[in-house]
Amino acid sequence: MAWQWFYRLGSPRWFYEKTERWIPWLATLTALLLITGTVWALGFAPADAKQGNSYRIIYIHVPASFLALAGYYVMAVAGAIGLIWKMKLADMVMKSAAPIGAALTFVALFTGAVWGKPTWGAWWVWDARITSMLVLFFLYLGVIALQGAYQHQATADKASAILALVGTVNIPIIYKSVDWWYTLHQPATLKLTSASSIHPSMLYPLLLMIAGFYCFYALALMFYTRAEIVQRERRTAWVNDLVEGVK
Amino acid sequence: MEFQFASLSEFWAMKGHGPYVWFCYALVLSTLVYLIDAPRRRHHQYLKQQQRLKVAQAHINKSPEN
Repeated sequence: MAWQWFYRLGSPRWFYEKTERWIPWLATLTALLLITGTVWALGFAPADAKQGNSYRIIYIHVPASFLALAGYYVMAVAGAIGLIWKMKLADMVMKSAAPIGAALTFVALFTGAVWGKPTWGAWWVWDARITSMLVLFFLYLGVIALQGAYQHQATADKASAILALVGTVNIPIIYKSVDWWYTLHQPATLKLTSASSIHPSMLYPLLLMIAGFYCFYALALMFYTRAEIVQRERRTAWVNDLVEGVK
Repeated sequence: MEFQFASLSEFWAMKGHGPYVWFCYALVLSTLVYLIDAPRRRHHQYLKQQQRLKVAQAHINKSPEN
């Protein structure tokens, strides 16, 4: 009985029908968080004493980096579930997580470069944090490439799940890179175990943006997974009904 | 809490950091829009394509040669 929800969660149809109802709410919440956060970040948070206004990039750079990393966990865990329990939905989620993660990693790298120019005087440095993020970007691209490289979906899923799992070794390296090596990248602003090195007037909009990015991630993952579901489940009766109803 | 800039043109310029900041926000906005729009479009186009295939198949099945 207790495991019923787990099996139900593995049913693509159940997921498809549930997310249909969740999406409007989640989209509203995401829009509210991101719009409030952006207005606050750009106009109302005080300028940084050292970096001036360029620091406002933190409000998108940090959330994008968070989700680039969290998204990798999503992809790797979904890949593991697909490998171990052969759960169809998990494979679809793994495939869907790859393009979103790649895009967010790209955004993190790119906004970092643009922020680096006025702050460090350089667009790019081969710093430990930045280089390990670049490796993360290539891991995402690797999963996307493997998904397209096989005739059989099951083989593609297996290969990309293994790559995703092997790549998790990179995640703690990224987290710890600013402590382990002497890097140009500034150390973590938000800490779970001690006080954050940021004033509340700058922190609150950052927390809003991070929450907004998490909601956005869930929303995008739902959309990608739903598109994947209708393709892989095209032979089922319920998708056939969908096809007949489409305008 | 108050607006940090004296005028809209100051807000736009951000004391010389404007181009960096605005460029980043524009990039993020277009990425987020793309990540929502691309799967939705793929989803819809796939269902449409399946629908056309179905109609074509129904025509073949009805034709006298069969």
